[in-house]
Amino acid sequence: MKIEITNGKLLTTLGEWQSFDRIQISDGIIHRIYQGDSLSNSKFNADAQIDAQGCYVLPGLIDLNASLREPGYSVKGSIASETAAAAAGGVTTLCCTPETDPINDSEAVTKLIKDLSHKSNKCKVLPLGALTKGLRGEQLSEYAALKQAGCIALSNAYHPIKNLAITKRCFEYAKTHDLSVFINPIEASLHEGVMHDNHVSTTIGLQGIPSLAETIAVSQLIQLAEISGAHLHLSQLSAADSVSQVKIAKERGINVTADVAIHHLLYTDEQVENFNSVFHCMPPIRSESDRLSLLEGVRSGAIDAITSAHQPHEAAAKQMPFGETEPGMSNIELLLTMAVELNDHHKLPFTNFVSAMTTQSASILRLKKPEISEGCAANLCIFDPSETWSLKAEGLLSKGKNSPLIEQQLKGKVKATIYEGTIAFSHN
Amino acid sequence: MQSPLQLTESGRLKHFLTISGLSKTLLTEILDTADSLIEVGERQIKKVPLLRGKTVVNLFFEASTRTRSTFELAAKRLSADVLNININTSAASKGESLSDMLRNLEAMASDMFVVRHAQSGAAHFIAESVTPGVAIVNAGDGWHAHPTQAMLDMLTIRQNKGQFEGLKVAIIGDILHSRVARSQIRALNTLGVEEVRVIAPNTLLPTQVESLGVTVFNNLEQGLDDIDVIIMLRLQKERMHGALLPSEQEYFELYGLTQEKLKCAKPDAIVMHPGPINRGVEIESEVADGPQSVILDQVTNGIAIRMAVMSMAMSGQTETKNLLAENAS
Repeated sequence: MKIEITNGKLLTTLGEWQSFDRIQISDGIIHRIYQGDSLSNSKFNADAQIDAQGCYVLPGLIDLNASLREPGYSVKGSIASETAAAAAGGVTTLCCTPETDPINDSEAVTKLIKDLSHKSNKCKVLPLGALTKGLRGEQLSEYAALKQAGCIALSNAYHPIKNLAITKRCFEYAKTHDLSVFINPIEASLHEGVMHDNHVSTTIGLQGIPSLAETIAVSQLIQLAEISGAHLHLSQLSAADSVSQVKIAKERGINVTADVAIHHLLYTDEQVENFNSVFHCMPPIRSESDRLSLLEGVRSGAIDAITSAHQPHEAAAKQMPFGETEPGMSNIELLLTMAVELNDHHKLPFTNFVSAMTTQSASILRLKKPEISEGCAANLCIFDPSETWSLKAEGLLSKGKNSPLIEQQLKGKVKATIYEGTIAFSHN
Repeated sequence: MQSPLQLTESGRLKHFLTISGLSKTLLTEILDTADSLIEVGERQIKKVPLLRGKTVVNLFFEASTRTRSTFELAAKRLSADVLNININTSAASKGESLSDMLRNLEAMASDMFVVRHAQSGAAHFIAESVTPGVAIVNAGDGWHAHPTQAMLDMLTIRQNKGQFEGLKVAIIGDILHSRVARSQIRALNTLGVEEVRVIAPNTLLPTQVESLGVTVFNNLEQGLDDIDVIIMLRLQKERMHGALLPSEQEYFELYGLTQEKLKCAKPDAIVMHPGPINRGVEIESEVADGPQSVILDQVTNGIAIRMAVMSMAMSGQTETKNLLAENAS
């Protein structure tokens, strides 16, 4: 397929905006980029033209954490629906969590996910294998087999491992197989509750999870990473002190990276005040001071990457008293719209966001650095940063309509996503 | 927390979910209405027609004898038809969702649900999901709120002390798990008492408890100094598990209200307890049955307060319905 994108601004590897006349894509590759007065190849004969007037052309986003809900949770989503949603969000590569049913702790499940995502062909899906069998925190999964089948890294997927000796062996065995370990840091014994433990939880009488449940785990995990030499990636940090610990660990040269879920950069526990279950997330959305530290962490590089932590749910999962609802937000389709909000109102420059979801996430996964230059793979997102629109639930491709942005006036809309040289999403 | 959910456009009550967001004027109106309804309980024929022809459903997802029966009596004295639903024997155990259950009950043309639920926010959730015109009264949700209990306590305080200004009130016991305490603190502060104190060991206090508008004491004797109103909370036996407390004995030793400790408060201090009482755990029998105890007044006032909020919420719903009908025509 031949695609021609005209008249936009592309993001260079230096993080600068550069106007272009035409980007020509063929055979999955960025074939030519024409700028200024350079003569265009009139013989290109594109199958598809995309007018990018007023738009940004970005490398496709790389999302380190999304739940695709397949196999096992078809009422919440499928690989087809959630990868289509990812493409609509400008994502061309994503890591899917092992929390499927059955759990992705075997070659067979990994292969099933790979097959179904090839069939859907909306974005590259890189499965995270279960760190322990059944995510039960008792036995090692078969890391060699998982890696062979296509798992990019290992994850505990928000299931705390209660035994430190087992965590230590997971690190050692992962290091043996040169696999990164993605961990949601949780100290299980401190983790009872449904929201952040603070004055809001005290006022409304919901059981709070203290930041300590995360920060104690972060401290232990960093020590284990240091001793084992394995690459520790801390997923979805939520507390200010976790950011400081990661910063210090990096200064000491420990092989640790970290990400933050995008909703932790935008919202605080005050949003839970009226028992709004859309804001029921795990880890819980914490206080304003945590949020500001997380933002500063992204700006300073202490936090490497931003993820959607996409968790689509059926409506019924959120229609119960707060404590009985299921945690998580459906974010993947709205990442760039949320990035505009972060840029406009929360002092996180848009290019900083893009870097956190492209260059930085690629580096964590040891993937080739995404670039918009001739000869590179054509994984691109065309994004109109100024279009204003109003989101309706039925407008989301994700099966999960659990987004706080529904019925809101929004700014910034993905116009098209190109995955390996084909149009994976286009908005008309 | 503001909860416009429970108010009509003109600021009147249409649900009764929490004390938060309610003005001093509205709380005083509830107390005045209850005052005027107390007399009904003293009549030969204990009925007024305020809810005649209305159906009130007592929807109790948590066991309760006292609260459920006072709500039932209150509804009956208002001439409503009352349906009691015990959730243990109903469809909830057959996997029917709360939303489905509500829809079925609404289809039976219910006008009001009195709800008790173990989850904080359950009454809010139900108020958000029911059809307009159906009033929700919160009879206790998780650790969040128990607003009728708080208001009956306010009525008892006003009867005994005349006013709220200048009063010092101490709440003693398990604040962490107490919806009663949260609602009382909110009501006392809204009604303008001078000081609300909480007295408990740190294991029974929630994070940043001061943000509720209280001063904290760990020591009972010190906390009772110069106090006008003492509110004891019930201590659940399960608090001995999970290392919140070592033993009932040590708790009674340190926080149990005895004749001796009562002397630390003002001589005319009143003693309250939402019931049921654990004699010898949080309070000594001599105090519970003594001259300063107003515990049985609280029970009597409970019926009047529940009659007041049920009739007010129902008239708020009628106002909203009439407004909708006007707009439609």
